[in-house]
Amino acid sequence: MTIADQVTGTTIAGTAKPADSKPAGAKPRARAPAITLPAIGERELRLDLFRGLALWLIFIDHLPPSLLTWFTIRNYGFSDATEIFIFISGYTAAFVYGRAMLESGVVIATARILRRVWQIYVAHVFLFTIFLAEISYVATRFENPLYTEEMGIMDFLKQPDVTIVQALLLRFRPVNMDVLPLYIVLMLALPLILWSMKWRPDVTLGLSVLLYAVTWEYDLYLSAYPNGFWAFNPFAWQLLFVFGAWCALGGARRMSRILASPVTMWISIAYLVAAFYVTLTWYVPQLSQFMPKRVEQWMYPIDKTDLDVLRFTHFLALAALTVRFLPRDWPGLKSRWLRPLILCGQHSLEIFCLGVFLAFAGHFILAEVSGGAAMHALISLSGVLIMWGVAWVISWYKRVADKSGAKTKNAVGNADLAGGG
Amino acid sequence: MKAKVLLSLILLCGSLAAPVARAGDAAPAVPAACELPPYLLTSESQLPKVADAIKAGKPLEILVIGSRSTTIPSAEDASYPARMQAILKDKLPPSEAVHVSVEIQSKKTAEEAASSFVKLMEAKKPTLVIWQTGTVDAIRAIDPDEFRGAVTEGVSALQNAGADVVLMNLQYSPRTETMISAPPYLDNMKVVAQEHDIPLFDRFAIMRQWNDQGQFDLFSPSRGPELAKQVHDCLGRALAQFVIDAAHLEPVQQQN
Repeated sequence: MTIADQVTGTTIAGTAKPADSKPAGAKPRARAPAITLPAIGERELRLDLFRGLALWLIFIDHLPPSLLTWFTIRNYGFSDATEIFIFISGYTAAFVYGRAMLESGVVIATARILRRVWQIYVAHVFLFTIFLAEISYVATRFENPLYTEEMGIMDFLKQPDVTIVQALLLRFRPVNMDVLPLYIVLMLALPLILWSMKWRPDVTLGLSVLLYAVTWEYDLYLSAYPNGFWAFNPFAWQLLFVFGAWCALGGARRMSRILASPVTMWISIAYLVAAFYVTLTWYVPQLSQFMPKRVEQWMYPIDKTDLDVLRFTHFLALAALTVRFLPRDWPGLKSRWLRPLILCGQHSLEIFCLGVFLAFAGHFILAEVSGGAAMHALISLSGVLIMWGVAWVISWYKRVADKSGAKTKNAVGNADLAGGG
Repeated sequence: MKAKVLLSLILLCGSLAAPVARAGDAAPAVPAACELPPYLLTSESQLPKVADAIKAGKPLEILVIGSRSTTIPSAEDASYPARMQAILKDKLPPSEAVHVSVEIQSKKTAEEAASSFVKLMEAKKPTLVIWQTGTVDAIRAIDPDEFRGAVTEGVSALQNAGADVVLMNLQYSPRTETMISAPPYLDNMKVVAQEHDIPLFDRFAIMRQWNDQGQFDLFSPSRGPELAKQVHDCLGRALAQFVIDAAHLEPVQQQN
């Protein structure tokens, strides 16, 4: 059994048998073999599975609505794929870099985290370039008089100098490009989070909750360009990230009794059903007559920017049920059918960027070629297939690189990937 | 209450099963392109002042406060306020005088527009104000909370001046969907409408319905005004129907 297996195996697995998986327990093990290939094969596949799923759902949600959109979870409750993505990112990042911090010290771990931040930043700039190309194209070709007002969005093209600098400062972020800047900020805070977790995990989580509460109370936010605010407020979303990290570093194991209790299960189910009913009223407006006005006024708007408590608890309920009904050793995790999802989840930064790019491209094809339902379905499916294909190619590269020696170095590289977005 | 729900569900099913123009009640037949499921044209909230004005036989003064998407450049007569006026005149009793005036506040956010409402209302004294907003705020990515506050203030100002208010949200614009984030603004307008118990004309959902059902290809890059004219004609019809419905005017009309 490897460290990867130990730590990941027992943390989220609320109902699984407890084993000692505190980071301290992981410390004395040898470092390099822990994350070599066989170990990766045994890593917590549920994390990869759900991160892969989140990536697919984010891609589909970024396309214009179609039949496939009905398969995305945001139509069945308050939370959506973003919550899954950020939580799992926090979990894996803490797992990988937390281990690095224990083994190699704060400085080394911080250095490696910063390298990761740099990779994400470069990816973000790359996506921005593609966005610029797309918007410039639309600006020059599209002159439907119905939409003269909406074309006002092109005004920023008049000042490319300012716009590009603001984009590099992460202040100008077009639609659909909000997740990576959030992730960059969260990763920048990771050394501090881990350092604090090493000291007192529960206090760290408490501080995170406190920051979340303060954000809501005093309306903290990061401003954006040309005006407005970050669409995902890092001060609020850090809660999910830190919670993920806390779970990875032993929190989930300590919660296992709570997770295993039938009370938790029934509360979760009740909450999910209630949330489902509320979302149903959005799509079947006739039902909204059965919603008490008081409840509506108290509940709306369900704020995504500041990670509404309703969204957070919805995610918790989903996670609690998932952990309960999908054991870590479920044989289906090794099945060929889930392989594409798991592969995508294992290379999440690359696949995330690819997904954003494919969504741009999909919009483009829908606009230029045809907007029919068949074309729409074709684009969604081929997008998912391309994501799978690229994920497979990336993992093939890694396997080949492994075979050509430099094992230790590669192990570190893989560890970064495991922690990555 | 329950009967109403049941009825609307039946209507919804009916309209899905047999897409027939909902034209039985009025003179001009609704073009097939304008068809909409009834739930997009109804509101629980009401327009009591409009109803009173028509009952009393007073002229119906409607003010549309909008932005550049309220009109079609170089074809004002075909824009939705003008079309709504024509349809309302058709549908309401001939004795009823209907006058629609338009106040365009281009490139202004909800907050900037709302600051002019007191003066505007003093000058125009309308029975009904249709306030179309949100696009400029979405383009400039105004903080949705601030946007909600501005819309709330604007609606209060209009109501205090003694008018019924209908809110109208953004256009559905698939081409710019990757660039303009509409959902926060749509949600917040829904909230304000609920809080003030005023009807919300869901232009976004209506236009998306047309695009999804293939009645209009809103991806079209056409430079000519034809598509815009047709869409505005349908919007004008839908809006007229919406106002009549929210003011519960059908019985009046049947008596005449």
